[in-house]
Amino acid sequence: MLVQEFLERSALRTPDKVALVCDGKRFTYAQIEKSANRIANFLTNKGLKRGDRVVVYLPNCEEAISSLFGILKAGGVFVMLNPTTKYDKVVQILNNCQASAIIALEKDLEFFKRVRVDVFSILAMIQVDHLNKVANSEVVAGLSAYSEIMAFSGEQQPKKVNIDLDLACLVYTSGSTGDSKGVMSDHSNVDFATSSIISYLENTAEDIVINCLPLSFDYGLYQLLMVFKFGGTLILEKGFVFPAAILSQIHAERVTGFPGVPTIFALLLHLDISQFDLSSLRYITNTAAALPVSHILQLRDKFPGVKLFSMYGLTETKRTLYLPPEELNNRPGSVGIAIPGTEVWLEDEAGTRLGNGQTGELVVRGRHVMRGYWNAPEASAARFRPGSLPNERVCHTGDLFRSDEDGFYYFVSRKDDIIKTRGEKVSPVELERVLYGINGVVKAAVIGVEDDVLGQAIKAILVSQNPLLTQKDVLGYLRNHVEDYMVPKYVEFVPDLPVSESGKILKRDLK
Amino acid sequence: MSSVENMVRDYIVQNILFSSNGYPYQDDTSFLENGIIDSMNVLELVMFVEQKFGVKVEDAEIVPDNFDSIIKLSAFIRRKQELTTASSS
Repeated sequence: MLVQEFLERSALRTPDKVALVCDGKRFTYAQIEKSANRIANFLTNKGLKRGDRVVVYLPNCEEAISSLFGILKAGGVFVMLNPTTKYDKVVQILNNCQASAIIALEKDLEFFKRVRVDVFSILAMIQVDHLNKVANSEVVAGLSAYSEIMAFSGEQQPKKVNIDLDLACLVYTSGSTGDSKGVMSDHSNVDFATSSIISYLENTAEDIVINCLPLSFDYGLYQLLMVFKFGGTLILEKGFVFPAAILSQIHAERVTGFPGVPTIFALLLHLDISQFDLSSLRYITNTAAALPVSHILQLRDKFPGVKLFSMYGLTETKRTLYLPPEELNNRPGSVGIAIPGTEVWLEDEAGTRLGNGQTGELVVRGRHVMRGYWNAPEASAARFRPGSLPNERVCHTGDLFRSDEDGFYYFVSRKDDIIKTRGEKVSPVELERVLYGINGVVKAAVIGVEDDVLGQAIKAILVSQNPLLTQKDVLGYLRNHVEDYMVPKYVEFVPDLPVSESGKILKRDLK
Repeated sequence: MSSVENMVRDYIVQNILFSSNGYPYQDDTSFLENGIIDSMNVLELVMFVEQKFGVKVEDAEIVPDNFDSIIKLSAFIRRKQELTTASSS
């Protein structure tokens, strides 16, 4: 099944059903289907070819969803970009994936003018103007207004141009080398992963799922894809900034499914939720980072009768493990077993398969093992290695796990130094590179420190030759240069940092 | 310009935006729509409001109507201050 058929089939089956609630508006499957067709026909007319990449640089909104399906209908590959990404990184990703088009909410036409100059591959740019404040798109060559596409582009469903082995999306993720890598998923990967997750969550068309996670994050993206596949309703929020508003929304929309990350649940546990009617909730899911056992037990007590799923995954295989809720009382620290239709095992450094009760690297086999990293054959070969059958690939996660005697898995640690904060991956190398751009910084080390709410908090330790440089200067610089979740909680100045003989900063000594 | 607005704006500039060029938005600009604050910043803002203005913020009051722009937050603070004054007099 092709990913755009998730929408098309639901639109055929239940055209008038509300598919999406967002920004106070309700959208039916038929409405989104038409909008997606208009985007597809527009992109095709602009010259988009099968397999071409289109970047969606939008906050969570209806336009992001219609764009995503429109890109697929045109035979393209969608790339969702976090809306807090700063210009230099946007250009880096556009150039990395050789994007043919970008769909963005920039009110500032300067942005589009610069993209036109800095990215040679761009054929078309679409400015989402749902605030109706936009201006004259004639000013920038190649720029079209989203509202004009909705008014003038054809709403007929375009002819299918791809098959399920074609790429559906690239999901950019932080790597330990500091450069973001685009994980390539083909349609069959997404189709398989969504079906497997839907089967253990026992989703039906009756489910109403609230999503506060960005669509650029695969966990947020898959909420949309799964809901459209099983024909449910998605309540799309801009974030978890106002927890009480989200809880009110759960009540008002009779939400049944609530996916979150440890930071969201830590914030929830601080709230008196007794004043909210949350009786519609059927399940809660956690992934992106392990929930502390104490939080799991408190959540279980705060949400009696709600199934709590502890899960683990990485973008390279989407979801990997889940703990069946009935096991939660027996093994609250476990993230479970392989998702349906897949298998996992542990290997030692020599590549020997380990038995139950041992600790080693988690290796994953199944049709959710993605197609590799875009344009990065070496990184792909390290992560996606040959399996036992000819031409088969398995994913070496780089994460250490232990298993108990019954074969349930427990996260131990990462093999690299990637920091997981608020459920997002942050590469210390990437952040250090930015820190070295600050006038006066001569040494920079970024580490993760344990934090009750964030999971890990980011700490930047700096040696500065500029006596006037303050913490505020550093944080202000970072706010303008990196995504919001990458801004450190702590900045510390030290006289010097320990280095190895080869000149590498010894971070182990800092923790 | 009233002092509540100034104090709120200053706090956001100094502690959330870490900006050296003042507040680069309008007073009615939505914090949420423009990514000015995130969920961690909201908790900081609540603490700031409670400490600086001597009012108690209930969980259910931490919603966009009260916290989503300089204007909304300042109006909320003034409403709370009036209530506090009224109940203590």
